[in-house]
Parts: sequence; C-alpha cells; structure tokens
Amino acid sequence: MLRKTPLKELENRVKGLIEIEKLIKGILAGEKRSIARAITLIENNGETAQKIISAIYPYTGKAYIIGITGPAGSGKSTLIEKIVKELRKTGKTVGIVAVDPTSPFTGGAFLGDRIRMQNLSLDEGVFIRSMASRNSLGGLAKATKNTVRILDASGKDYIIVETVGAGQLEVDIVKVAHTVIVVLAPGFGDEIQAIKAGLMEIGDIFVINKADRENADRAVIDLLSALELNTHKTWKPPVIKTVALTGEGVNELLKAIEEHKKYLQTRAFDEKRRKKVEAELLEAINQRITDTLIAELKKEGKLEELIRKIMNREVDPYSIAEEILKEKISKK
Amino acid sequence: MAERKIRVLIAKPGLDSHDRGAKIVARALRDAGMEVIYTGLRQTPEQIVETVIQEDVDVIGLSILSGAHMALFPRIMELLREKGVKDVLVFAGGIIPDEDVPKLKEIGIKEIFGPGTPTDVIVKYVKENAPKRT
Amino acid sequence: MFDKEKLRKVTEERKRWESETVPKWIQTKPERQPEFYTISEIPVKRLYTPEDIRDLDYMRDLGFPGEYPFTRGIHATMYRGRIWTMRQFSGFGTAEQTNQRFKYLLKEGETGLSIAFDYPTIMGYDSDHPMARGEVGKCGVAVSSLKDMEILFDGIPLEKVTTSMTINGPTSMILAMYIAVGDKQGVPREKLGGTVQNDMLKEFIAQKLVIFPPRPSVKLVCDVIEFCVKNLPKWNPISISGYHIREAGANAVQELAFTLADGITYVEAMLERGLKVDDFAHRLSFFFASHNNFFEEIAKFRAARRMWAKIMKERFGAKNPRSMWMRMHVQTSGCTLTAQQPLNNIVRVTLQALAAVLGGTQSLHTNSFDEALALPSELAVRVALRTQQIIAYESGVADIIDPLGGSYYVEWLTNEMEERAWEYIHKIEDMGGVIEAIEKGWLQQEIANSAYKYQREVDMKKRIIVGVNEYTTEEHGEVPLLRIDPKVEEEQIARLQKVKRERDNQKVRQILQKLHDEAEKNVNLMPTVIEAVKAYATLGEICDVLREVYGVYKEMIII
Repeated sequence: MLRKTPLKELENRVKGLIEIEKLIKGILAGEKRSIARAITLIENNGETAQKIISAIYPYTGKAYIIGITGPAGSGKSTLIEKIVKELRKTGKTVGIVAVDPTSPFTGGAFLGDRIRMQNLSLDEGVFIRSMASRNSLGGLAKATKNTVRILDASGKDYIIVETVGAGQLEVDIVKVAHTVIVVLAPGFGDEIQAIKAGLMEIGDIFVINKADRENADRAVIDLLSALELNTHKTWKPPVIKTVALTGEGVNELLKAIEEHKKYLQTRAFDEKRRKKVEAELLEAINQRITDTLIAELKKEGKLEELIRKIMNREVDPYSIAEEILKEKISKK
Repeated sequence: MAERKIRVLIAKPGLDSHDRGAKIVARALRDAGMEVIYTGLRQTPEQIVETVIQEDVDVIGLSILSGAHMALFPRIMELLREKGVKDVLVFAGGIIPDEDVPKLKEIGIKEIFGPGTPTDVIVKYVKENAPKRT
Repeated sequence: MFDKEKLRKVTEERKRWESETVPKWIQTKPERQPEFYTISEIPVKRLYTPEDIRDLDYMRDLGFPGEYPFTRGIHATMYRGRIWTMRQFSGFGTAEQTNQRFKYLLKEGETGLSIAFDYPTIMGYDSDHPMARGEVGKCGVAVSSLKDMEILFDGIPLEKVTTSMTINGPTSMILAMYIAVGDKQGVPREKLGGTVQNDMLKEFIAQKLVIFPPRPSVKLVCDVIEFCVKNLPKWNPISISGYHIREAGANAVQELAFTLADGITYVEAMLERGLKVDDFAHRLSFFFASHNNFFEEIAKFRAARRMWAKIMKERFGAKNPRSMWMRMHVQTSGCTLTAQQPLNNIVRVTLQALAAVLGGTQSLHTNSFDEALALPSELAVRVALRTQQIIAYESGVADIIDPLGGSYYVEWLTNEMEERAWEYIHKIEDMGGVIEAIEKGWLQQEIANSAYKYQREVDMKKRIIVGVNEYTTEEHGEVPLLRIDPKVEEEQIARLQKVKRERDNQKVRQILQKLHDEAEKNVNLMPTVIEAVKAYATLGEICDVLREVYGVYKEMIII
C-alpha cells in the first residue's frame, strides 16, 4: 500500500541522505568535524548510526587497538600522552577514546581525562574523544566499538581506548582492543585487591606507573606473584615500570606492545577475532530482535498487560518469552 | 534509540587559575544530566576550539576572571567561525565588567553570568537554549 | 577552672532555664532556624556558659602573650607595642604604574609593601610570550627582568620598607631580583626585610599556579628557605598559606588543618636536608583568610597559634620559643565580596578585619569594595586602608591583648576548631602525608565538596548574601573602575626587547647553561639564579631552563 508521504518529509529524507554521504566522505578523508559528528550520531544510536557503520565497515580493520585501563590516579592519561608522543615521532596517527562513567543518579557525566592530554589537541595526527558510559552496559560496548571503527576508517594507525577499570563495564570495553594494558600505581593496596579479579585476567601488559616511589619494587613483586596464577595463557604478560611524568619506561612499554602485536599475528589472532565477531553478530541480532519485538508489543498495547500478569504471579517471565517466540517469530 | 545528552565544554582560556566557579558549574551541569568536558586550566583559544570540534559539543561555557576576556574571547569566536563550527551555544562567566557585555554579545556570546548568579539559573539556561540537533 | 560546687549550680540553673524560660519564649517567638551552624558546620548553641569550658586550664591552654602556647598572642605587648602592619596587596600594569601606587599607599599610611604580579609573571612567562597575550599587567604588575624590579622600587629605599611578594613558582627569580635591587641600592643583605609566599603545596591544592611537578617544586621552596636562613636573616622565605585554600571553597576547619599540614610537610622537608629545626623554623610565616563568620575566624586564629606551638615543641622538639611562634598575615576574604551593591563590601571587610585584629594577626590586608568588579581604584584602596586605621586608632580594640580571651563561646569554639583540625591532620598523615593526599586528589575533593555545598546553600537561600539573594536592587550602582590600558602590553614588550638587546647575551647563555647543569644535580640554585638575573636573563628564560629539567605539571581534575 502506498503511503502518502508529505513532500517536506521526502525533502528532509533526501537532505539527510546527502548529509550522510558528506559525513562518510569526511570520515574517510580524516576530516575532524565529520569524525566528531559521526561519533555523536553513533552514541545516539539512531537510524543514521546504522547507515554510517554499514558504509564505513569495509574500510576498517587497519588500525591497531590498544586498551588502557586501571584505577583512578594510576597515571593512565599522563602515560597515554607520553605513548602518543612517541608514536607521533614515528609518524603514526592516533585516535583516543576516553571513557568515563555516567552517574546512575543524575544521568550526567564528568569527562576529565582529556585534560592530561590537552597538549595533543593541536596535533593534526591525533583525535581525542571523551565518552560517557550512559548507563547501558551493552550500549557502551557498542558505541565504543563503533567509535573505534570510525577512527579506524578515518585512517588512524593506532587507537587507544582508555577506561577507569573499576568495574565490569570497563572490563568489557577493553575487550575491543588487540592489546590490553593495565596500569597500576604502587600503594594502591586494597584497590588492587578489589580489581584483581577482572583486570588480572584481561591484561596483556601490566604497568607499574609512578615507579620512582619507594614501594614500586614491592608492587612489581606483588603483581608478578598474582599473575603466576594465570597459567592458562600462552602469552606471559610482562610487568613494566614507568614514570609517566618524565617518560621513563615508555619506550620499553612500546616495545612490549610491539612484541604482543607480533605474538598475535603468529598465533590465535584470527581465532580471537572470530570469537569477537561472532559475539558482536549475536549481540547485534539480539538487540534488533528485542527492540523490534518490544516495540511491537508496545504498539499493540500488550506490554503493560504482560507485565501486570507477571507481577500478579499469574505467569513467569520465561513462559511469556516462549509465547512471544511462538507467536511472533516461529510463525514467520 | 539511546537518549540524547547535552554535551557541554567548560573552558578556562588564558592564564587565569581561579577555577572554583567553573568546577561548580561543571558539577551542577553534570548533576542536571549533561555530559561535561572540562579542559583544565590555561587553554589557548586554539586548544579550546579544537576540543569543541573533536568533542562535538552543543554548548561552550567560558570562565575568566583575569580581565583578559576582551583579548581571548574574540579570538575564540573568530576561530569557531573559521573552522565552520555552527550551532553551538556560547556563554561566559567570571569577572566581566558590565560595559564589556554588549561587545561580547555582539561577537556571539549569548549570555554572560556574573558573580552571584545562582547555579540553577545557569543550568536552566543551558537546558533551554542548547541547540537541539538530530 | 571553676569551683565545682558553683559549676554544678550553674548546670542546674541552665537546665531550668532551658526547660522553663526558653520554651515559654519560643512558643510565641520561634527561633529563626531549627539549627545554627558555623561555616565549618560546627553546631552552635544559643548560649555558652562556664560548663562549656569546664576543662579549660588557663596556664596549659591559654598562657600569657609572648609565652607558650601563645594562644593569646605571640608578642608580650601585641598592639600596645606596635600596631599590626598594614600591608595592602597591590600591583597592576607596568612597574612605573605600580611604583606610583606603592608611593600613594605609603603616603596614605600603609606600613608595608605587598606586590601583586600579573599572571604571565606568576606562571614564569615573559610579557612577550604567546600565553601572555591579553594578560600583561591585568591582574598585577608585569615583571620580566631585573629592569622591571628596579623601576618598581625606584625611589623606595629597601632598608626602610619590608616587602611581601606574592610569588610561588618563580620565587627564586623574583627574590633574586629583589636582592639585586638591594645590592644596587647598597643595602646590606642582612638588612633586607620582607616575605616571599613561596608555598607550592597550596598551589597544588588550591590556587593552581603551578609550573613544575610536586617534588621539584618543594625542592625549590626549600632552596629558598635554606638560602634565606643563611643569608637574609630578616627575611621570611615562606608564607604558608590557607587563604587560597579558603578562597577555593574550603571551610574554616579545613583551611586551618590543611595549612598546618602543609607547614608540617615543609618542616619535615627542611629537616631531611640536614638542618636543625631551630635553624629555620623561626622564619616560617603563615597567611590566612578572614571570612564572614566573625567568631569562627577569631577562634581559628587562636587555635592556629596554639596548634603550631604544640607541633613545633612536641612534635619537632623546637627549643627556641621563636620557632614556636606562628607569625601570620591575614587578608580579608575576596570571595565573600559581591559585585552587587559594592559599597556593602566596606562593611564586610570591616567585620573581617576586626576579626583578624581580635584574632591577633601581625599583618593585615583589607580588600577594596570594588573587589568583585576590577582591581582596586585609588578611592577604593584608600577606604580599605582607612578601615584598618580606624580600627587601630579609633575603636580601642588594639589597646587590650586578646580581649575575647575567657569568653565562654570563643574559648569553646577555639577548642572545637582545634579538635576538628587535628582530625583532618591525622587523616592526612594516615594517607601518607600532604603530597600523597594531593596525588590522590583527596584535598582537592574536600575543597570542591565544600565549595559546592556552600553554593547550594546560597542557591537555596539557606545562606543569605545581602544584595545577591536577598535585599537585592535593580539599579546598577556605578563605581569608578580601574581599567588597565592595553598599551601596557606593548610598552612591556618594547622594554623587554630593549633589555635583551642591551645585555651581554653571551654571558646570559653561559649562566643559563650553568643553571641547567646545577638543576640536574641536587644543588641550591639561588646563587646562580641571582647571577642570572643580574646579567638580565629574563624570568621566562630562567624558568624555561627549569621546565626542561623538571618537566611541566598537569593537574588532576576534581570537581
């Protein structure tokens, strides 16, 4: 059935398509405003986001992605600034995504990571973007992945994703990366205990920053013994001492990153990538199905009633899900 | 579709190091549900405008108490124009004499909040005047 | 301190008063608020009695002026002997303009000089540096080389005045210039009197005028202290400051605690260098704000004196009583002054100044009523000076030492502030000390929280600011404002270029290289810095050498 589409709407749609064209051209040309605008659209996850990702996907896969995480105050941002400076010396371009938590109470976020890297803001070969978690576990992972893709498509050789590393959320984010660096500072004692679980598992390289402190060597020993427990890995994560303020140890760190890069290329790189792609595909399908079904239920006015039934203990959520599956999916 | 957040840049141009007000405004805006990027102290106009572009912010709040606003603000507004940044709300605060306000409004600084402005007034202003982009 | 039986009677009667007299009154005339607090959130009762100071031991807790624990004053005769120094912080534009302002203030009766430098100078940039554009002379006087300092003190004999210099990062260079001017005037270095602020810890905590990272910054501070202790016996090489911490939003207890914690840190740093405490402690000085809550401020000053005396004697084993003296300068609080109805500020400043005097300060700066609008005009700064003079000569408060001593409320509050400040100091020590606390962002967070809380109270009208959220008027009162001539920047740059042309550039290069080499070792840099400034190396050039060696600091953002 033909719908009568008002002229204005058609006009807007065409305009929109032209805008998207321009945006994509800009991204591929490395044009900052386009990259920035596209990232905003990605974060807001509307229709346009989808179109952009589809268009640039073929151009991704060239950048090397480094995830950097660790507790607040460990010196991550200062370290990143030094790492980027070194990479720039070799002529490589860098994209940085700095993720900070959104307040669950207010929905707002304070994005302050950039400040340690502000010297880089005028470097043509560096793009820095601050991102808030926006309280959606899956949503952030998706937004981060797609932001990385945009930076990748824009031609960045390296992309650094920085997170605070305090919770599961952040641990998920850095899985986006090829190499994950965990940055700790001596004297963090209890905090190391608290984050041990997640971070010890995902770190490919460990850094003890502020290594000019007295208790630095102690921290290295503690860390090495904690890492002994991870026997299943074939890659032995090195522990590197740095003093981010002065740049000490940064070259060693870069070497370790190169080592890990080589390791990945000779071993299970493709297997790891396959797993990631599968996970993302499942997530994408999952999200679309759920969104569509829920939207339909809402449109049919059925959602509230189903919820009411569950609250009255007339039926359980899983049976409802089965019903919906039978009715809406299996039918087609 | 994920909710749209208002992204605000709070900037301290020049050498002025009084950041008590800027931080209070940043915190208030965050508590009102916005995403606030704060560049820290001693930013050049070039750094500020680059940040505006890369972070694709909707609003810029400039804070200055050193008296250098007549040298720095016009430069910032000029750069924004040069780089094709449109559709961004710019407001300012700090120690800005009344007689300079009309000139600043002329160059595109929409509102200036002097000492004693209640934080709620600023938050409300930003909420109501931030450009609504798609 | 009181007769047990009489005290018991007081308690009995007080209880009766509270259960009978007061409720009857409150029934028809309720109190203005359910609870009352000082700015530091100390709850205040409606009345204080001997019960509140029953454990006060006069000799242990108060003593006599000029004697341990110095609660009532560090000098035996206080203002009966000498009125506090009236030292107005000033500076703007070029050295000539500030020189004029100095002479004006001296003529009008100020008894000590105090220099405000412009932002580029404070940050170690010359007037022609790109970061200096638009800032030269705006917030203080521009000093890029010895030439500027010479003009600044033209016609002002250094053996006749004491000068306080509000400088922190570039302290060595600015002090070196002052010494060079003294040398040129033929004043023996032992006769030079004054102060350099030189307190980097509070910069990291509050004022943020930081060039180098924390550890080299503290090293430079100690270099200056050590040099002065050996060469300028009348000089105060540091002014351990709470003022800026307060202005950044801290409350009175925090101001007190963080300042003392900073003091402790500096003493420890000096001891680590191998000096004995009595070698240098007598030259340490302090700088506090005087804020709105009248009695809280007075109690703060008294508590500060007593606490520092205890710290020096008990913790550091000082033997010389002078090492235990807390010599303080006070400035009335700038952040309490309003842009609305500026003349009201005269009243605020008067009360704050009075609190400082009743609190026993050695030196005082009173803000001008146009503080929230611009740098002080001549009229405004004169009124500010007169405020001090009227308090000193007309009010009679300077004729008695510590007149509020013995007040049930003030003594109770002094004890209370001391107790709360100790809690903070212990917390900081548990964290590993001030530098650790700074790196963790803890001090900054405490201050940001207090600042936010204060603002929320004002927004919600829980805290009234006359003329701002209550008793407002629509009219915009016109006060004549000081405007800095934009030509200042051009003039400064021209002078700077002339200096660079006319000096021996080879010599400058050599000395700067020497400085670079010394900075990489653990050597006291003052002698070489003096050499450099005498050769007319500029402030920026000298700072750049140190930037290369020490690196540049980027703050941690805490909101």
